[in-house]
Amino acid sequence: MQWESVIGLEVHLQLATESKIFSGSATTFGAEPNTQASAVDLAMPGMLPVLNEKAVRYAVLFGLGIGAEIGKRSVFDRKNYFYPDSPKGYQISQFLDPIVGRGDFKIQLEDGSTRNIGITRAHLEEDAGKSLHEDFHGQTGIDLNRAGTPLLEIVTEPDFRTAEEAVTYLKELHSLVTYLGISDGNMAEGSMRCDVNISLRPVGSDTLGTRAEIKNVNSFRFVEKAIRYEFNRQADILDDGGTVAQETRLYDAERDETRAMRSKEVANDYRYFPEPDLLPVVIDDAYIEALRGQLPELPRQKRERFASEYDLSPYDAGVLSATRAMADFYENVASACNNPKMAANWVQVELLGRLNREDVEISASPVSPQALSGLIKRILDNSISGKIAKQVFEAMWQGEGSADEIIAARGLKQVSDSGQLESMVDEIIATNTAQVEQYLAADEVRRKKLLGFFVGQIMKLSKGQANPQMVNKLLTEKLV
Amino acid sequence: MHTKTVAQLAQGLQQKEFSSVELTQCFLERIDALDPFYNSFISVNPSAALAAAATADEQLTRNNAGPLTGIPIAHKDIFCTSGMRTSCGSRMLDNFVPPYDATVIRNFGTAGAVILGKTNMDEFAMGSSNENSYYGPVNNPWDTSLVPGGSSGGSAAAVAAMLAPAATGTDTGGSIRQPGAFCGITGLKPTYGRVSRLGMVAFASSLDQAGPLARSAEDCAILLGAMAGYDKLDSTSSELPCPNYRATLGDSLEGLRIGLPREFFGDGLDPATGVAIDAALKELEALGASLVEVSLPHSKLTIPTYYIIAPAEASTNLSRFDGVRYGHRCVEPKDLHDLYTRTREEGFGDEVKRRILVGTYALSAGYYDAYYKKAQQVRRLIRQDYLDCFEQVDIIAGPTTPGPAFALGEKSNDPLAMYLEDVYTLAVNLAGLPGMSIPVGFVQDKPVGLQLIGQHFGEARLLNVAHRYQQTTDWHLAHPAMPKGE
Repeated sequence: MQWESVIGLEVHLQLATESKIFSGSATTFGAEPNTQASAVDLAMPGMLPVLNEKAVRYAVLFGLGIGAEIGKRSVFDRKNYFYPDSPKGYQISQFLDPIVGRGDFKIQLEDGSTRNIGITRAHLEEDAGKSLHEDFHGQTGIDLNRAGTPLLEIVTEPDFRTAEEAVTYLKELHSLVTYLGISDGNMAEGSMRCDVNISLRPVGSDTLGTRAEIKNVNSFRFVEKAIRYEFNRQADILDDGGTVAQETRLYDAERDETRAMRSKEVANDYRYFPEPDLLPVVIDDAYIEALRGQLPELPRQKRERFASEYDLSPYDAGVLSATRAMADFYENVASACNNPKMAANWVQVELLGRLNREDVEISASPVSPQALSGLIKRILDNSISGKIAKQVFEAMWQGEGSADEIIAARGLKQVSDSGQLESMVDEIIATNTAQVEQYLAADEVRRKKLLGFFVGQIMKLSKGQANPQMVNKLLTEKLV
Repeated sequence: MHTKTVAQLAQGLQQKEFSSVELTQCFLERIDALDPFYNSFISVNPSAALAAAATADEQLTRNNAGPLTGIPIAHKDIFCTSGMRTSCGSRMLDNFVPPYDATVIRNFGTAGAVILGKTNMDEFAMGSSNENSYYGPVNNPWDTSLVPGGSSGGSAAAVAAMLAPAATGTDTGGSIRQPGAFCGITGLKPTYGRVSRLGMVAFASSLDQAGPLARSAEDCAILLGAMAGYDKLDSTSSELPCPNYRATLGDSLEGLRIGLPREFFGDGLDPATGVAIDAALKELEALGASLVEVSLPHSKLTIPTYYIIAPAEASTNLSRFDGVRYGHRCVEPKDLHDLYTRTREEGFGDEVKRRILVGTYALSAGYYDAYYKKAQQVRRLIRQDYLDCFEQVDIIAGPTTPGPAFALGEKSNDPLAMYLEDVYTLAVNLAGLPGMSIPVGFVQDKPVGLQLIGQHFGEARLLNVAHRYQQTTDWHLAHPAMPKGE
């Protein structure tokens, strides 16, 4: 049987507020255990939650960013379950009346085609603390620093058919939320965590199969691998005539497999009911419109603008608009050197390649947009060749100064002086008589090849600094 | 000194007839000598109390004292007190010393009051007789074989026995008004949102409200003035400014319309209690008020509605008592499940467990719509009944309880009979209204309380009516006899 997967995603996005969603504690990552846990976070008797307005603002910005309905009256609920990292014995979340309702998210796949992903809802809730099982000799340590960090849980319709679509969505979602500035998007620190719901059905069918939920998959790559693994697992079961169990599974990255969670780890009745310690969140049109006015240009708009304004391919436009920092970097280079195409090439190939190899964020790039455009300008005015430019770029990366400083210090300026070039050409013709004879006896096609030999010799002689166009011209004039 | 009202004591302090240290010492000695008969206090810290009194005396010397400067106040052991055990009447919190003050405690501190001690209560404020305390039952000062009412039974008994000039309590379904009535004192449950709940151990968050228990309406006005007000740390507290509650105490009752819900005067009301209530109403009529019969048609749904909503909220409010961070923890748990179940089995008493079970059930999948959701709908109808009444009348009056205090042990094995004790008080919490109980007589030497119910944030009017009544009667001045063996 040919199977098709039906996938829905739930993303838990940590919002980049300075303080927690219901207390004044800081949300900084990596502090000493329990140093960012107040009496509220510890669920001390009599403590009450107070809603952080910024979390509401960020959630509304997200809703506006995807054109979703904004819940004018959203309600917090208690989701009850016992676990040591959930100090109140319930999580404050939103159940029936979320702050963000139905919306749409358009993704663009690598082949340039687009797909529309339905966003079911997005709601505010608090993160849990962490249980620490190492270092406590059979006991468990509880760190409540993370408890109460604001989360926006973004739930999609089961609109994905492939792992590629799911990962593309996650990347574009990541791009959107960092554009909006509502999350730092730091995957390694758990700022974006994903639950995957996946079921299979025969290709062409429109009924849904039984789904498995894979919890807490924390990188794009793992999402892709978990989906592939789960597809094969479910397909094997169905091919053998079995049925898929509706269950919660965990992805084990080390073994690259999913496995069912113990039934104890799965609470089945959360007993949701409205949180009596908080009032409903009522949002008026003025609030929404004020935020709408603050929306920056979003990734999709920017991508489309880059493609049309700078004549970039959809793929290039996508890469260069993937993050706000990247887009800003690119646009600064493009406008400073006044050649968007060349800027696109240099940012995408040399700079990004180098950044990725060294695992450096573009915001921390040792080569600034001004420096890179300075380099491109020297290529454009023929001061250096593209090949020399790579050397200069390397030196700039090492912090040796601006392009002009490096070109001057290393004497890399392209030789375009015709007298100087002419004497070099003459020297090469004089010392390679055999090749000259071959050239003169050859037809047009072979001549072209042989010409390359002479150019190469001259570039060697000039340490790469000879102007290749002028050398070409001189050679063809002299070799007659 | 111990028979005086807060208003009288404040005058005495300001005129230097006695110092706060002397006053505090007087009550500490009375607690020491007499509380063995009543068991109204769980914790007393004499040195801290005397130190606070000494500070208050300095303020009095500098003549920048307020109406509560130097007045010792007993606090229900549900209010967190920094550095002083806050047990909530439970084994679960027997070892719990909060590092913070409840807003109510802080407000009294700002007003210069002295913390006299922490009073006994039904465990987690669940009960109508104070028999559910881990620290043992409280005895009614009017007759130590009777219950003092609950859950603020310790506070009510301490004031009635003159072990404290005034006390704080909390009221989720009648827990200030009912013990106030049983102990012959004046108690006020303010409008929901009038007093901050921060630092008050939660029972049912949408119903809990703190208020004063005292000898007079005037004292309640003084205490409420200190307790009440907006607290940005309690999202459900009201930003509406508080009036000066004392300023309008003497206002005339001429033209006041008092609604008498016929549902409060039917079967189930003890006839002798009814007689005392009628006499009080006549007195109010004589003061210029008119009596109007009104109806609260959904009254008979009050008890079932309350006993869904309150336990539902309680079941999750009490989830935090899990033995992980503070409070009781079972010895050597063998795993997480054992830690939870044994800690909670050992830490909670029967009534608390009963309500956790009921509340958990009411919120469970498949039952939520039939119970919790339905109860919330009925709650809106009950509230609307009251709002409709207030179209016709200014306040509502009736008995606080169906009868006077009952004997210790009489109802403790019959939860349903116990729940009926609160039949007249529960709806006030469901509707979020202010309610008072004032002493209006005796039935076989047992005090009877009249309940006055006001409009939202209408505390000033209630206090005014109660005060005018107390100006022309002296039920509130009656004292119980000294305990036998003294």
